[in-house]
Amino acid sequence: MELNAKVPSGPIEKSWDKHRFDLKLVNPANKRKYNIIVVGTGLAGGAAAASLGELGYNVLAFCYQDSPRRAHSIAAQGGINAAKNYQNDGDSVWRLFYDTVKGGDYRAREHNVYRLAQVSVNIIDQCVAQGVPFAREYGGQLANRSFGGAQVSRTFYARGQTGQQLLIGAYQAMERMVGLGKVKQFTRHEMLDLVVIDGRARGIITRDMVTGKIERFIADAVVLATGGYGNNFYLSTNAKGCNVTATYRAYKKGAGFANPCFTQIHPTCIPVAGDHQSKLTLMSESLRNDGRIWVPKDKGDKRAPGQIPEDGRDYYLERRYPSFGNLVPRDVASRAAKAVCDEGRGVGPGGLGVYLDFSDAVKRIGAAGVAEKYGNLFQMYEKITGEDPYSVPMRIYPAVHYTMGGLWVDYNLQSTIPGLFVLGEANFSDHGANRLGASALMQGLADGYFVIPYTIGDYLARGGWEKTTTDHAEFKKVEDDVTGRIKKLLGVKGKRSPDSFHKELGKLMWDNCGMGRNAKGLQENLKRIPALREEFWKNVNVTGEAGELNQQLEKAGRVADFLEFGEVICMDALDRDESCGGHFREEHQTEEGEAKRDDEKFMHVSVWEHQGEGKAPVRHKEPLKFEYVKPAQRSYK
Amino acid sequence: MSWTLKFWDSTVGKKVLMALTGAAGFVFVIGHMAGNMQVYLGRDQINAYAHFLHEKAGLLWVVRIALLAAVGLHVLSALQLQLIKRAARPVRYQKPGIIQATPASRTMIFTGLLLAWFLLYHLAHFTWGNAHPAFRELDAYNNIVTGFQHVPSSVFYIVCMVLLGLHLGHGGNALFFSLGLVHPKYRQAVRAITYALMLLVVIANISIPVAVLAGVLKI
Amino acid sequence: MRIILHVWRQKNAQSPGKFERYERPEVSPDMSFLEMLDVLNEDLVNKNEQPVVFDHDCREGICGACGFVVNGIAHGPEDGTTVCQLHMRKFKDGDELYLEPWRAKAFPLVRDLLVDRSALDRIIQAGGYITAPTGTSVDANNILVAKPDQERAMDAAACIGCGACVAACPNASAMLFTSAKVTHLGNLPQGQPERLDRVEAMVATMDKEGFGSCTLIGECSAACPKSISMDSIARLNGDYIRATFVKRPLELSGQGSG
Repeated sequence: MELNAKVPSGPIEKSWDKHRFDLKLVNPANKRKYNIIVVGTGLAGGAAAASLGELGYNVLAFCYQDSPRRAHSIAAQGGINAAKNYQNDGDSVWRLFYDTVKGGDYRAREHNVYRLAQVSVNIIDQCVAQGVPFAREYGGQLANRSFGGAQVSRTFYARGQTGQQLLIGAYQAMERMVGLGKVKQFTRHEMLDLVVIDGRARGIITRDMVTGKIERFIADAVVLATGGYGNNFYLSTNAKGCNVTATYRAYKKGAGFANPCFTQIHPTCIPVAGDHQSKLTLMSESLRNDGRIWVPKDKGDKRAPGQIPEDGRDYYLERRYPSFGNLVPRDVASRAAKAVCDEGRGVGPGGLGVYLDFSDAVKRIGAAGVAEKYGNLFQMYEKITGEDPYSVPMRIYPAVHYTMGGLWVDYNLQSTIPGLFVLGEANFSDHGANRLGASALMQGLADGYFVIPYTIGDYLARGGWEKTTTDHAEFKKVEDDVTGRIKKLLGVKGKRSPDSFHKELGKLMWDNCGMGRNAKGLQENLKRIPALREEFWKNVNVTGEAGELNQQLEKAGRVADFLEFGEVICMDALDRDESCGGHFREEHQTEEGEAKRDDEKFMHVSVWEHQGEGKAPVRHKEPLKFEYVKPAQRSYK
Repeated sequence: MSWTLKFWDSTVGKKVLMALTGAAGFVFVIGHMAGNMQVYLGRDQINAYAHFLHEKAGLLWVVRIALLAAVGLHVLSALQLQLIKRAARPVRYQKPGIIQATPASRTMIFTGLLLAWFLLYHLAHFTWGNAHPAFRELDAYNNIVTGFQHVPSSVFYIVCMVLLGLHLGHGGNALFFSLGLVHPKYRQAVRAITYALMLLVVIANISIPVAVLAGVLKI
Repeated sequence: MRIILHVWRQKNAQSPGKFERYERPEVSPDMSFLEMLDVLNEDLVNKNEQPVVFDHDCREGICGACGFVVNGIAHGPEDGTTVCQLHMRKFKDGDELYLEPWRAKAFPLVRDLLVDRSALDRIIQAGGYITAPTGTSVDANNILVAKPDQERAMDAAACIGCGACVAACPNASAMLFTSAKVTHLGNLPQGQPERLDRVEAMVATMDKEGFGSCTLIGECSAACPKSISMDSIARLNGDYIRATFVKRPLELSGQGSG
C-alpha cells in the first residue's frame, strides 16, 4: 500500500495556496458532465453536497435518516473554533495550528492542520452569510467563548446548539441545490458497499430502508462523510444510528484505515442509570468553566454530597493541575476521573461518577447567573436524572464521544482508493490522538466547504477511467455480496437479538480498550471478539424480512461490522505500544500517571490494510514530521 | 396565475381575507349594538334612528352590500378552508388530546355556521318582518318589544349572543395574527381591548331581551 | 412500575392498522420513553414477534427524528420535550398509554409509529434558505446583527423539524414549522433580499403538500419541543401580505448582460 500524503513543498503558510494553484481545474461547462456520490449529510457531507452542486457537478447525496438535517453533527453543543482574533487577545492562524497539533499530542499531519486553521476564518464568514444565528454582542458583532486546551477566546457559538445551527445552514444550502436539481437526495438509504472498478471508486450499493430494495449507483467519484465509529462501544454520545459500515466496507475494498485506536472519551457525560441505558448524553465542556469537579477524600464515603464537609472533599483536578484546573483537555480529565473511581472513591450507583459542583458558582453569581449561562444544560440534566443541579451537584462520568481515527487520506482528502474521498470525522487527518473541543465542527465544514471542492476537481480533470454503467460485472458482484449477506443474517434464526450482541461487544471494548488499555486486556479482546462474532453468526435472531422496513435487519448489519471492526481497533491499540492523547496504555505512564509518548518508535500514522476474510490485516506506517511545532511532553500543570 | 388569484388560492391569503372581513363584522356588531342601545332612550329615539337610516337609503345600501360581501367572503373562505383542513387529516386520532386550546378556538366553524343561520333569522325577524308575530314597518321599538316578549325567541337570541361572544373572542384576537399585527409591547392591550369589546357587545345585546322579559321595556 | 401500552401497529400504508396491547410489568422510572420501548422490542424479538417500529436517532432531543403521540399529545405530556427525553418518572404505576403515529395527509404512514416527513424538506427546498454559495461571503463582522434580532432569529431557528406541530394541530397545518424558518431568516440582515420571495414560495409549497390551514389555536406551539412562539406565524402572515400587496414584480430591461 503506497501512502503518498502529497503534502506540498515549501513554507507551510504558503502550501495550501500553492497547492490550489497546482491543482487542475474542470471548466465550468464540463462540470455538469460529472456525477459525484456523497454519502452522509452531516456538516462535512452536507457542506460538500451543497458546494459541489453550486459548482455545477451532479451530486447524489445519501443518508440513512429521513432527512439530511438529522445527521448527528446536529448534537454538537459548545461551539466552533476559528482564528478570527475578534477578541484582540493574540489569536492567529499560527496559534490555532499550534494548539491543535499540541492538543493532538503530536500525532496529526502538520500541513493538514495548518490548512484547517487557515480556512477556519472562511467558515465563520460562510456560515454568517447563510444566516447561522451566532451569539452577538450588543454592538452587533460576533461573540466568543473559551474552550479547553486554549488560552484565547476563539469559539463561536449559538447558545448550546452550535452544531444544530451550523448543520441547518449546510442543510439549507444543500436543499437549495436539491430545489435547483443539482443535488439528488436519497434519504433512508443506507450504503452497504463500495464498488471499485479498475482500482477506482465508481459507485455504491444501497438499501432503501423503506422498501428493502437493493440499488446500484454509479458516479465519477465517491465522497464518504459518514462520521465516526464511537458506537463500536455500544454506549457513546453518538446517535443510535451512527455506524462504521460505510468506512469499514471501503476498508475491506482496499482503503487504508488509519489510527483506529484513537478514540476520544469525553469527561462530562451523564452516568449510566441502568441496564436499559441506550446511549449517553454529553454535558457541554463549557460547564467546566464554572463547575468544580470533586470526589470524597475517603474510599466508600456514602454520605450525601451536602453532608461532606470541605475538608472531606478532593478537588482532584485542581490539586493535580493547579494552572489549568478544571479546564484540562478532555483526555486528561477523563483519565483522572477513571483513576479516582478505580480507587473506590466514585459516587452514585456503582461508584461510576464524580461530582460537578456549581455551589460556588451559585454563591458567586447567583442561581440566575448560572441559569443564564447554562440554563438549557441544567434543564436537560434534570430531565434525564430527575435531580436539580442547582441544589445537588451533577454526577458525571466519561463516555466515548469522538473517533480521531478514520480512513487514511492524503492532503487532497483522497483515500488509498483513487476516486474515494473521505471527509469529516470519517477521515483521520487533523486531530492526531486527541481532539480539542469545538474543533470537530471546524474540521467537518473545512473539508466540505473549502477543501473537497478544489481537490476533487483535480481528480476529475485528470480523468483516466472509462465510461461504464451499473450493468458492469463488478456492480453485479458487489450487489450479490450485499444480498447474500442480508440473506445470511436473516437465515441464522438464532436466539439472541442483534442488540444483545452489540451490548456485549460494547462492554468488551469499554473494559479492555476504553480509557485505559493494556496488552493483557487487548489480547483478551482479540480472543473474545472473534468468539463473539462466531456466536453472532450462529445465534443471532433477525426478525422480519428483507423486502420491508426492518430496523432489526439494519441493526444486525451494523453490529456485524462492529464485530469485525472492534478487532481492528484492538489490534491497533495493542500495536501502538505507547500512550498518546486519548490512547492510554497503562504500561506507559509517567510517575504522576500522565500519558508517556514514545516518539522514537511511534511518531507515525498506523494504516491498516485488509488482506481478505480470515486473514490478519497488515499495518503500514506514514511517518510524521514536525518541522514547525516541536514535540514536547504535554503539560497542563 | 394573477397575483390576486394566487393570494385567494393560498390558505394564508384566505385567512387574511377572513381576518379583514371578520374585522369588518366586528366593527359592524359594535355599531349595531350602539344603535340598539337607543331603545333604552325611549320609543321616539329608536324610531327616529330607524327613520334616519331609511332616509339615507343610498348609504344604507352601500353598507348593506359591503356587509353582505364581507359575510359572503368570510363564509366562503371558511367553508373552503374547512374542506382543506378535513382533507389534511384523513385518518383521525383514535385517542385525541388537547393541551391548551380553548373550546371557543376549536369550534369556530360551528359557532360561525350557527351565527350565519341566526343572521338569516334575525333579518327575517326584525328587518323583513316575516318571522315576526306583530311586525310594524319602521316601528323599531314596537318590533323589539313585541318580538322579545315571545320567550323562546328571547332565549334563542341570548344563546346566539353567547355564541357570538365565543366567535368574537377567538376571532377578534386571531385576526391580529392573521394580519401580522403582533407586537410584544401591545400584546396585552390588544387582548384586553378585544375581550372588553366582545363582552360589551354580548352583554349589551343580551340586556335587551332580558329588559323586555323583565318588563323594563314595554309598549 | 407497571405500564400498559396500546401501540398502533400497521405493517404499511396500505394495510389496516390497530392498537396492540402490551403489558410492561417492570418499568424503571429512570428509563427514557424510548428505552422502555427498546426493552419491549427486545422481548418481542426474543418471542420471535415483530418489534415496534419508531423513528429515533440522537436521543438527546435535538435531531428531530423521534416523535409519536402519547394519549393524544405529541411527544407526550411533558412540556418542551421530545419523546426521547421524556422519562418514565413522569408516569405513575398502572398508567395506560396509547401510542399513535403523527397523523396527517402530508405525512404518509410508513410503518407502525414511523411516518414520511419529506414534505418538510420540500418546504425548505422551496425557499427556506439564504442564497449564499460557498466562497461568496464577506468578513463575518461586516454584517452586524442587533442582539434582539439575533435572539429572535435563534428562538425560531431552534426548530428541530420533528413535525409535532403538524401532529398536534387539529388541521394538520405546518404553519409553525414554515413560519419558524421565515422568522429565523427574516430577522437577519442576510435574509432580507429574499425575504418576500421566500415566504411566497414556502407557503405555496406548504399548501401543495396537503397541510391544513392555521386556525391560531396554539396547539402547535404548546406541543413544540422547542416551544417556538406563535408570533412567528403572525410574522409569516405579515410578510405574506407584504409579498402580495407591496412587492414589486421583477422588471427585466431585456437588454441582456452583453
